[in-house]
Amino acid sequence: MSAQTDPAQRVAIGISFGNSYSSIAYTTGDGKSEVIANEDGDRQIPSALSYVEGEELHGGQAKSQFVRNAKNTAAYFRDFLGQQFESIDPSPCHQSAHPIQHGDGVAFGIRDTDEDKENTVTVGDVTTRHLKRLRSSASDYLGKDVNAAVITVPTNFSDAQKEALKKASTDAGIEVLQFINEPTAAVLSYDARPGAQTADKIVVVADLGGTRSDIAVVASRGGIYTILATLHDYEVSGFKLDQVLIDYFAKEFVKKHKSAGDPRENDRSLAKLKLECEAVKKALSIGTTANFSMESLVGGVDFTATINRTRYDLLGSKLFAAFTRLVTHAVEKAHLDPLDVSEIILAGGNSHTPKVASAVRSAFPDSTTILAPSTSSTAINPSELSVRGAAIQASLIQEFELEDIEQSTHPMVTVTPHLSTAVGVLCISGDESSGIFHPIIDAETSLPVRRTATIATPREGGDVLIKVAEGSRHIKVTKPESKPKSEKEEADDEDSDEDESDEEEELREKTWKVGKTLSEAAIRGVKKGGKVEVQINIGADLSINAIFREVGAKGGIRGIVQGHKTNGST
Amino acid sequence: MANVEISLPLPVLPEGWAGEKDFKSIGQLSQATDRNIEPIGPHFLAYARRKRHQRTFSEDDRIQAQAHVKQVEDEDPDDIDEPEDPLMLQREAKDWKSQDHYAVLGITRHRHRATEEQIKRAHRRKVLKHHPDKKAAAGGTEDDQFFKCIQKATEVLSDPVRRRQFDSVDEGAEVEPPSKKDTQKGNFYKLWGKVFEAEGRFSNNQPVPKLGNDKSTKEEVEHFYNFWYNFDSWRTFEYLDEDVPDDNENRDQKRHVERKNQAARRKKKTEDTTRLRRLVDDALALDERIKKFRQAESAQKNKRRLEKEAEQKRLAEEAAKKKEEDAKAAAEKEAAEKAAKADNKKSKEAAKNAAKKNKRVVRGAVKDANYFHASGDAPATQIDGALNDVDLIITRIDNEELAALTSKLNTEKDAAKIKGIFQEEVKRLVGAGKVTEGELKSLA
Repeated sequence: MSAQTDPAQRVAIGISFGNSYSSIAYTTGDGKSEVIANEDGDRQIPSALSYVEGEELHGGQAKSQFVRNAKNTAAYFRDFLGQQFESIDPSPCHQSAHPIQHGDGVAFGIRDTDEDKENTVTVGDVTTRHLKRLRSSASDYLGKDVNAAVITVPTNFSDAQKEALKKASTDAGIEVLQFINEPTAAVLSYDARPGAQTADKIVVVADLGGTRSDIAVVASRGGIYTILATLHDYEVSGFKLDQVLIDYFAKEFVKKHKSAGDPRENDRSLAKLKLECEAVKKALSIGTTANFSMESLVGGVDFTATINRTRYDLLGSKLFAAFTRLVTHAVEKAHLDPLDVSEIILAGGNSHTPKVASAVRSAFPDSTTILAPSTSSTAINPSELSVRGAAIQASLIQEFELEDIEQSTHPMVTVTPHLSTAVGVLCISGDESSGIFHPIIDAETSLPVRRTATIATPREGGDVLIKVAEGSRHIKVTKPESKPKSEKEEADDEDSDEDESDEEEELREKTWKVGKTLSEAAIRGVKKGGKVEVQINIGADLSINAIFREVGAKGGIRGIVQGHKTNGST
Repeated sequence: MANVEISLPLPVLPEGWAGEKDFKSIGQLSQATDRNIEPIGPHFLAYARRKRHQRTFSEDDRIQAQAHVKQVEDEDPDDIDEPEDPLMLQREAKDWKSQDHYAVLGITRHRHRATEEQIKRAHRRKVLKHHPDKKAAAGGTEDDQFFKCIQKATEVLSDPVRRRQFDSVDEGAEVEPPSKKDTQKGNFYKLWGKVFEAEGRFSNNQPVPKLGNDKSTKEEVEHFYNFWYNFDSWRTFEYLDEDVPDDNENRDQKRHVERKNQAARRKKKTEDTTRLRRLVDDALALDERIKKFRQAESAQKNKRRLEKEAEQKRLAEEAAKKKEEDAKAAAEKEAAEKAAKADNKKSKEAAKNAAKKNKRVVRGAVKDANYFHASGDAPATQIDGALNDVDLIITRIDNEELAALTSKLNTEKDAAKIKGIFQEEVKRLVGAGKVTEGELKSLA
């Protein structure tokens, strides 16, 4: 397979390659993204490969081999790609083939042929085999030979890791058109829905995956995305949620069958327990109760048990709280306030859990929309967010020359100046102290930018002043006035405790503080009930080109505020 | 692109506002931040097309562009790497209660100040280094004891409640109060400052006031000690609890242990409160500033006392002086009075004598006037009446009038004249209302 195919011959898909699960998607002719199911009917295909007597098992079939063929099953290897052995965390692979050091990189010792000897298979090779299987699944589904893809990666994927992944995909016959970040892919998949508005907003993408959780704060400005802050945690993960259930069921089992022993102390029992617990966890996202049932869990003893969602919420409460903290930390890291966040996109398989959404919900104001299956009926399946984004991007760029794509995605193009403060107009009064600032262009908007606004005028019309200024956002915290003391004295001791908890709540509001005035303009003789249109263009050199005119009127006033540097090419 | 609708009205143009073509440029935008936009989506592609104009960039441009980008992914800062104590690596996981979790994770430099992120990073670093699967793969032993220690440490430190419980009894963060001897060498503030800083980590009220130095004002020092005497601590002693047996064992036993733990916690808490109180007492006793303030205060008081005393002395002196003067004046007055009295007596006596003499003269005059009888010897009744009348006159008039009357009568020998004088006198007396007419028959 040559790495460079003719753009016209390309069949490109989107691939989301995760540690636990991978998925593939394509974009239909009418611009909708569709996730492809593999031959087993799975849309989330476990990133696992297992070898039984030289036969390669992939996906769900490989995953079930954790129980009986753990040593020859490789899984959770995405993060090992392009890494040194010293810097990998082998914890997820505890119940499958262990990673070993191989030269500069990482490999697995697997018996992958029908010969009775262990071969050293590098992570790159394992990835290639995995991607090949994905490619063949996609090709079978589409009826065309898939030869190119956009692959999503975490935001902290290093160049070496990308390089290794690129090599592995090329070996698998997939031309990597572009690597895109998982959180932005998720935002794109929402924004690419038909009828979606590309408003100016701050979006937090919170991905609670199998082995790690990643939070990204993204400024979405008219379809241009900028990542403001990211946070990664390898301790808050779906694995930990599984572990909570494993411990619960193991204890229940020990209670019932004292003689059989702890299923956690036996590798095989543990693997069975883990697989079933993951299934229980998924079932609890849909129903309020779930059954655990496993034949011959330990020493030939069967075990069945039920668990309800409340119990699970309680057991995992620490992890849910930790995840919520992580989200709020990421917002803090971006120097923002929860009030600035207009949307939180919950991604990753574990975001199906209703408690995850409600925990995050409780930490943010009502103005924040939480996009998760349990809070919004129109939410996209969190497991498919990034792959859909990748598929959309693939359809957008598949006709371009590789060279062209590379040039366009280069820092020379992507690095742009971003506004450090919001720019808007002063309403009601021209005085800075009493005027009310209304933003037209938010902070962290990539330059150059153009925004228009229509503003109301005084009822009687006449001459109006338009003052364009910078504004900085402030969070006003007001504590509700404490109740009069007499009331308190009247209250009995019994309910005084309740009073205390009530008082803690404080009111947080978003306010604007008027900063530097940039320009003033006058529009004379506005008709009664007329409106004024303001168009502001800010160039990459920070120059402002503004046009003010009454809606429906001809002409208008133009003004230019000089910028202070000239390095932009526009 | 997006159109912003603003419903608040624009301000009315102020009088006299003028600009060239009705526009004024006033300020410049604040400096922008260079960030990487995500090369994704249709809007980006449109932007890229505009920006590139089908150009290719030189290597130089590329390097330039990357140089100033604001980093979003943070590099791992080297603030949590500490050498590992080989003894610590030998630890058994079952003794996790006695281990120093911060030391296990290599963040003893931060301890209770370590952020959640630092703990996470430290844990990750340790996991990468000590994972048993890795050691086994590298041909090492299957010893996972220290790894379990690491997991335990993270478990404790990443749970805010359990972390507080551990911080409460974290000996590594404790600072022993200095001995009396040490503080007398003049580094009171340095030594005790550390102690209070360490104790301050338990405070519910932040920020904790600092010990300060010898230049602190009295208010600051007072605030400091008031704060510490009213210290509100979150310190708890759950960490030192005896293990409560698992729920499927004896329930009574479980409750017993729980009760015992509760009691032990309360006791330790009380002890801790007294310990802190004693500590503050000790510091207060050794604090030179308190002495200084007390001296200053007593000096102030002394000064006031001296002033008061001086004032009193002055007042006493003044009073004494006044008394003396008064006494003097009184004495003088007394003497004068005495003299006056003596004079008075003399004059009274003289007057009395004079009156007597005058009376005699008056009476004699009556005799001289032959008792107002016309001629010959006056009959007894006449004499009697005349004498009675004269006596009446004498009693009715005072000494001076008597003297005046006497002086008139003294030289007169003529009876008629004398009678005339008497009659005149009687007339005057009647006029003055001292006698009634007809009372004095002989002089009528």
